[in-house]
Amino acid sequence: MIISVASGKGGTGKTTIAANLAVAVAQPATFLDCDVEEPNAHLFLKPHLSRSLDFHLEAPEIDTRRCTFCGKCQEICQFNAIAVLPTAALTFPDLCHGCGGCFLVCPEEALIPQPRRLGTVETGVRGPLRFVHGRLRVGEALVPPLIRRVRQEGGDGGLTIIDAPPGASCPLLAAVWGSDLVLLVTEPTPFGLNDLELAVAAVREMGLPLGLVINRADLGDRRVHDYAAREGLPIFLEIPFDRRVAETCARGELLVEKMPAWNSLMQTLFHRIRAESGKKTTRLRPDE
Amino acid sequence: MQELVVLSGKGGTGKTSLVGALAALGEKLALCDADVDAPDLHLLLGPQIIERHDFSAGRKANIRERDCWQCGDCLRWCRFQAISDDFRVDPLRCEGCGVCWSLCPAGAVDFPENLCGQWFLADTRFGPLVHARLGVAAENSGKLVALLRREARRLAEAQGLEWLITDGPPGIGCPVMAALGEATAVLLVTEPSLSGQHDLQRVAALTDHFRLPGFVLVNKADLHWPMARAIRKFCDLQGYRFLGYLPFSPAFTQAQVEGKTILEYDRDNQINQVIAGLWKRIRRELQKQDPH
Repeated sequence: MIISVASGKGGTGKTTIAANLAVAVAQPATFLDCDVEEPNAHLFLKPHLSRSLDFHLEAPEIDTRRCTFCGKCQEICQFNAIAVLPTAALTFPDLCHGCGGCFLVCPEEALIPQPRRLGTVETGVRGPLRFVHGRLRVGEALVPPLIRRVRQEGGDGGLTIIDAPPGASCPLLAAVWGSDLVLLVTEPTPFGLNDLELAVAAVREMGLPLGLVINRADLGDRRVHDYAAREGLPIFLEIPFDRRVAETCARGELLVEKMPAWNSLMQTLFHRIRAESGKKTTRLRPDE
Repeated sequence: MQELVVLSGKGGTGKTSLVGALAALGEKLALCDADVDAPDLHLLLGPQIIERHDFSAGRKANIRERDCWQCGDCLRWCRFQAISDDFRVDPLRCEGCGVCWSLCPAGAVDFPENLCGQWFLADTRFGPLVHARLGVAAENSGKLVALLRREARRLAEAQGLEWLITDGPPGIGCPVMAALGEATAVLLVTEPSLSGQHDLQRVAALTDHFRLPGFVLVNKADLHWPMARAIRKFCDLQGYRFLGYLPFSPAFTQAQVEGKTILEYDRDNQINQVIAGLWKRIRRELQKQDPH
């Protein structure tokens, strides 16, 4: 079973829930931290990291001895990563999306792969948990390929918990595709509701089952609850604000280790997720 | 005209709440919500929309079933697993690279422009606001962010406004980089947690990459003073201007629920003084740097 923990709004408690859930289930599982821009799960799980590999994208470089400036590479490139003039050709490797089109069309074999490091994938263990995260290179613009690479480390058919990035656009999609259930962690505030609606729309577009966790459930108003009821979104858990929780997390500590009630809270969450997952929502087509 | 971009690395540290508060300090300024993925600033500013524009960026491939030979070439070329075994392009996975469209031997692929969302020019009680909304699960490549900032700058200059404040997205990827180019300075809002500190270091490194002066504010500082102080030390060591601490306060949430900035919600809150003070300091420091 693949469970993704996402949110829409940042700072609602995704990593807190994902990490504590993974430890509370106390069974062999794979944890994938797909928030490659700002991975935090390792701070709480403190895995023993055993492997680190750099992940690259193949951008083109021009072999000027072979290039005839025919311009076919520039013509196919949708990202302005190649410029061809009558007697010169240049590439802009930072703009490349790694589609391979230029390599496919060059009649002179005049393109050489020039790797651009997108980031690093690190793997390790913490007890029964297999841990993987990606760290985007600071200065790298393109995020989804590294997320997809982290996802490739999963797929062993067992329990997988994915810590997704905030937002509702391409990084979220890359992180949660193929999940059996997407847990959306939200807060009952206007910002929380606004961003939740965006995330729900994105997850529904993917046809994935959803469930909500409302964090800091007593700080705000009832609009998120009303929205969930209107939309038929199950609320798996409501967690009241507790300053001790904030302080424990601030120290990088696991709640299931420092506050025993959190163990049963996470077990309850896990049971509810299992009950809900496997149900596919109807994918909404644009004309529906 | 100068532009202050507000970032954080970590989400949920209080960027938008702070931008709202800065807007409410009294000086008319231009505002830009560059968090096009999950925009929230408009919820505090009650914008009256003056102009609405469609935004298209990139393209998506679409295979015409009746013309498809089912040769399978596109499946072999596609590096994004966007084409199914029955020759349908999944628009959520299509990267818009155009390889299938360019190379299909049957010419069976359409490749239309992709409508990603809408952007808006609006008026608010504090000044003009430029913001946007991306379509469902849209590509967020930074192009829309760049456009919004250009429009906001244009508006600021046209209205003779000295300042543009840009509410940025979390993270360090494409949209954040699009928010940083040619800014005047960056305000990094963080929180006193291990995650906050870790994420601050990455976004601060990106700020350095762009060679921009960085200011740092620790929000909710009383949740963990040792880390709040460690962040201050980090700033001193790395040369970021440390602006101070704000306490955790439910007033921020209560204000938000009422659609107000904290300054309007609770006029006597001491937080308001701290915010006014840090804005004064930012202005002073940037004037020292560039006396024009």
